[in-house]
Amino acid sequence: MSNEATHGHPEVVTTHEAHHDEHHVHHHKETFITKYVFSQDHKMIARQFLITGMAWAIIGGLMSVLFRLQLGYPDQSFPFLEDILGRWAKDGKITAESYYALVTMHGTVLVFFVLTGGLSGTFANFLIPLQIGARDMASPFLNMLSYWFFFIASVIMFSSLFVQTGPFSGGWTAYPPLSALGEASPGSKVGMDLWITSMALFVVSSLLGGLNYIATILNMRTKGMSMTRMPLTIWALFFTAVLGVLSFPVLLSGFILLLFDRHAGTSFYLDSIYIGSAALPNEGGSAILYQHLFWFLGHPEVYIIILPAMGIVSEVMSVNARKPIFGYMAMVGSLFAIAILAFLVWAHHMFVTGMNPFLGSVFVLLTLLIAIPSAIKVFNWLTTIWRGNIRFTPGMMFSLGFVSLFISGGLTGIFLGNSALDIALHDTYFVIAHFHIVMGVAGFFGMFAGIYHWFPKMFGRFLNNTMAYIHFWVTLIGSYLIFWPMHYEGLAGMPRRYLDYTNWLSFNQFDGLNKFISTVAMVVFAVQLMFIFNFFYSIFKGRRVTVKNPWGSSTLEWTTPIVAGHGNWPGEIPEVHRWAYDYSKDGREYISQTEPVTPDEKPH
Amino acid sequence: MISATVSTQRKKIHPHKFTLWVGLGSIVMMFAGLTSAYIVKESQPEWTSVELPKVFYYSTAAIIASSITIQMALKAFKERSMMNYRRFITLTALLGTVFIILQLIGFSRMWGDGVDFKGSGAGQFLYIIFGLHVLHVLGGVVALLVIFFKAFSKRVRNYNPVTIELASTYWHFVDLLWIYLLVFFIWTL
Repeated sequence: MSNEATHGHPEVVTTHEAHHDEHHVHHHKETFITKYVFSQDHKMIARQFLITGMAWAIIGGLMSVLFRLQLGYPDQSFPFLEDILGRWAKDGKITAESYYALVTMHGTVLVFFVLTGGLSGTFANFLIPLQIGARDMASPFLNMLSYWFFFIASVIMFSSLFVQTGPFSGGWTAYPPLSALGEASPGSKVGMDLWITSMALFVVSSLLGGLNYIATILNMRTKGMSMTRMPLTIWALFFTAVLGVLSFPVLLSGFILLLFDRHAGTSFYLDSIYIGSAALPNEGGSAILYQHLFWFLGHPEVYIIILPAMGIVSEVMSVNARKPIFGYMAMVGSLFAIAILAFLVWAHHMFVTGMNPFLGSVFVLLTLLIAIPSAIKVFNWLTTIWRGNIRFTPGMMFSLGFVSLFISGGLTGIFLGNSALDIALHDTYFVIAHFHIVMGVAGFFGMFAGIYHWFPKMFGRFLNNTMAYIHFWVTLIGSYLIFWPMHYEGLAGMPRRYLDYTNWLSFNQFDGLNKFISTVAMVVFAVQLMFIFNFFYSIFKGRRVTVKNPWGSSTLEWTTPIVAGHGNWPGEIPEVHRWAYDYSKDGREYISQTEPVTPDEKPH
Repeated sequence: MISATVSTQRKKIHPHKFTLWVGLGSIVMMFAGLTSAYIVKESQPEWTSVELPKVFYYSTAAIIASSITIQMALKAFKERSMMNYRRFITLTALLGTVFIILQLIGFSRMWGDGVDFKGSGAGQFLYIIFGLHVLHVLGGVVALLVIFFKAFSKRVRNYNPVTIELASTYWHFVDLLWIYLLVFFIWTL
């Protein structure tokens, strides 16, 4: 054993980690490449995810503006569209193929590349080590790989926009046979191959990231940081990572089978298909099988989007209401309940696939059960701000907006969760309105709350407040004006995914409404561009942060220097003595987690 | 100072080991997805069954033997008996390679017997599920090769057991995964 003593204690400090810490505390040989490109610093990787995600958000948002032009003004032509899109918008009118390509890519980009990669990637990387008191992730190298897999996936997906036959156009869910047969549509040819390659790389990126987040949260917490002292952001990011690690591999399985159907002639998903008058040799496949595999990921995926937003909102709200979060353990418990239920409800996306009605009723029950943890969370947010000393910072405004959207969008989920109502409502604008409010816009609001709140920590400067308030009000009001009317269209039976409704007389009553929705969508998009301007302007010219803890927050990230180097704390990592939510306690505005508990205080 | 601050962080289990365990969980989910897809499709009309070639039983023997040898390598490493350690690592990598070759022979036997990608049935699933497992074993062999060359390096003497412990955990996992897959196919075919 004497031998072991001379070689250090390998269980505690691996040679890699010791070297790693030493390297960055001394700050030698940090070149542009290692600092900004192939960085292993979790804070830089977070910023890389954020900026890549923002680039995707502009692309995905612009796509929605283009197809809203078509939906609002189906009888008019816009010559500038031909200048941008070329033959995809012949004579200034979007063609059917390009319309389907636009809606497919809009969904893929926003669901996966912005609200999964951009949201989780940014805040899990940024907040986990800072808020639990670690120098970096469990494996900074895997973390770097996670970003670069995301980057390569992005490049491949982006390149699919430029191939001759166009990007994939069979819907973001990529159901076969449209996704399995190259003959099915122009987008099903090389566009689909690029889509599936990109998504496979995206899955790898998510898995590498998720493994790291879980290992870091469970193993790298500083002294005194018990699980129940962690901020709720960390709990939410933890459950998000668990969902991703367990559900993305199943999607990958589905993609592998799809790839064999496309290129090796197998029949996992294909059965008795005629193209033109010729029958394909594929027999015995089941398209429903793909839907099971897809939605086994697809449903947890919506919680992968919303849980980080919930965590961010809980934290930002408590800080800015100057009150402890109401019902901390209930918040953790409801996150856990949502994570479990996420795996048991996937078939509610498949009520109209000819499923056994008795099986359907089980999924209805499990789906409606999600209302319970969701309601617990909403009540806890409302009771957190109840009689609080609220500071209406931009981050707080977006958090309040998130709760509003989550309630409005969540209630329509109760309609759609009923298999009987779903017969009428499936594939209508009601569904679009539901998931855009509860998952899309609410997810974005959580992300905006996080960006406005942690921007000072990320870049050492504040965002411009005036632009922030304009951004908030226009986005909130605009989102309701866009998606609220869609509920009525959906209840009237207007189906989604149609290029042109003009020949459908019963929907002519909505002509004016569709023009209105499209106009608001353009205004809201313009305001997002203003936010992008604010973001980049403030990185260089924003008001400087002069104190370590500008929001008076009790969590650990605000105990680091204003611009923290790799390793986060220059000296020792602080020890934690209390939970993250000691606000307005014993006549003090806030008590940092690092402050020891006094003898007459009850330890938390 | 730095190592002191690191050691104050509580570490019941090495973070890399923990990461590996979570990663194994995600691999389990991938194969769980595929085998449940198999069960769903099995009840469909036009399903065709296949016969498992005997060679898959020989490969099972090879991979079980390799699990024993890697355990002995780990034991030798902890006893600082480096000669034995290198011997057992080499043996494990060889047995892993034998397993992969036997699997490929099994595939070509089945293909020769007319089990191909036409129609739908157990054969298509078998190729893909066993094939993905072979890829995971191949990953393990590559990892073992890296460890193998490190073990013969004269320059660096390393007594940190984490790497070999990670490798052995992964190796036992692909072994158990194979036994699960084999039992699954014997049971369903």
